[in-house]
Amino acid sequence: MTDVLTQPRPIRLKGRSFLALALTPEPPFDDWLARLDDLAARSAGFFLRRPVVLDVEGLDIDRSQLRKLVDQLGTRSVRIMGIEGARPSLLCSDLPPAMTDGRPASDFEAPIAEQDDEVDAAESVVPSDPLPTKATPSIIVTRPVRSGQSLFVPEGDVTVVGSVASGAEVVAGGSIHIYGTLRGRAMAGTTGGASARIFCRKLEAELIAIDGFYKTAEEMEPDLRGKAVQIWLEGETIKLGTLG
Amino acid sequence: MGKVIVVTSGKGGVGKTTSSAALGAALAQNGEKVVVVDFDVGLRNLDLVMGAERRVVYDLVNVIQGEAKLTQALIRDKRLETLYLLPASQTRDKDNLTPEGVEKVITALKRAFDWVICDSPAGIERGATLAMRHADVAIVVTNPEVSSVRDSDRIIGLLDSKTLKAENGECMEKHLLLTRYDPARAERGDMLNVDDVLEILSIPLLGIVPESMDVLRASNVGSPVTLADGHSAPAIAYFDAARRLKGENLPVAIPGEKRGFFGKIFGRKAA
Repeated sequence: MTDVLTQPRPIRLKGRSFLALALTPEPPFDDWLARLDDLAARSAGFFLRRPVVLDVEGLDIDRSQLRKLVDQLGTRSVRIMGIEGARPSLLCSDLPPAMTDGRPASDFEAPIAEQDDEVDAAESVVPSDPLPTKATPSIIVTRPVRSGQSLFVPEGDVTVVGSVASGAEVVAGGSIHIYGTLRGRAMAGTTGGASARIFCRKLEAELIAIDGFYKTAEEMEPDLRGKAVQIWLEGETIKLGTLG
Repeated sequence: MGKVIVVTSGKGGVGKTTSSAALGAALAQNGEKVVVVDFDVGLRNLDLVMGAERRVVYDLVNVIQGEAKLTQALIRDKRLETLYLLPASQTRDKDNLTPEGVEKVITALKRAFDWVICDSPAGIERGATLAMRHADVAIVVTNPEVSSVRDSDRIIGLLDSKTLKAENGECMEKHLLLTRYDPARAERGDMLNVDDVLEILSIPLLGIVPESMDVLRASNVGSPVTLADGHSAPAIAYFDAARRLKGENLPVAIPGEKRGFFGKIFGRKAA
């Protein structure tokens, strides 16, 4: 009899930010759509296969108007991947999801005329710079992270001078340093940093993760509980070791 | 101007109402003018614990909605003439509490009383956030068990972010009141010990109230435990807590713990 050995392989969940085109509609929407058509007429395929986010921040718009607008953009081959700045009540399951934490980037140049050497549409989707040239910011938190609080730092390291409570979470793009007890969750290297590490003075964590690979409390070596520990990634395995 | 205290916990059944009544009575027994406000609209209990349930005419919601004057809704205690109760409504729900209305009531009470004690409902929703909103000092009531401690931790986070003081960039003064402490169970290790709780919550300790039948007995006869039997162990713990609240520096004794000479002198100091 053959038994298939199935190793429980966790699913990788990673956060990543991309560059998308943000469209800001202005009322009256029919006029705005006409101007959009004018722009598209000057450059066929400008919106084709580009990721587009609809920014409705501060717009007085209701759900049926929004749905109509998304449909009308759809007929113009403008596919809306997400909606920014909408009240949660405005969105529902048949509309694109809400986008948050958007950061401004340089404006897209609207095409003046049809370009001969058309760039491959897929290539023109520029992912966010994987190696930022500016120094990555790091954050120091000098009070305990309480249950229910979520400390989210997409770029750089986080240092917590205090404990991270059960039911609290610290999410960082870089490494996480906790000068106290880690009782909640710590997720380091969430934006693709396999070299990120987690350090804590006392390990009582519910969950730890680096670069999308995670380990729950149950899977951690019991003799490391309560110890000063560092956590790093080796290949696809999370390693834990005491700090001398 | 009086001080506004919120008695809160997150979790239900840990002793918020008992503690509000006992501390209110303990402060009033020293001649201070105290009002205890029940914020648990829809599930009021404070009137029962204080033995005033048959004298409720108007309540907090009536005052907020302008159907009654504040002086009409306040009930004076029959035993202590400086102790008052502002009951909650049992027939309405917490949606009837408006931020503006609560602010008006608290401001008026602060002018007339030395202490305004707000008995918060359980949970982290409207009732609880409005009860803590105008507080100067918070008393976090916690039982020595994991779920209560985690909920208290959550509440401390909210006290540091959702209150007026926090929004003005000030730090809310917070105290831990450990209730239903059972020395026998703590010794057997069935319960979190005091140091564990203090380490997790890292706020100063106001007092430790032992688990006792006296508390239940006092509630059943409608009397704050500090009034029912002033010599019982929980009553003494509440009297001491009230003195610490006024700024006295009293060491906190752990019930059932035999302490050495140095322990007695230096007492216990929390974070």
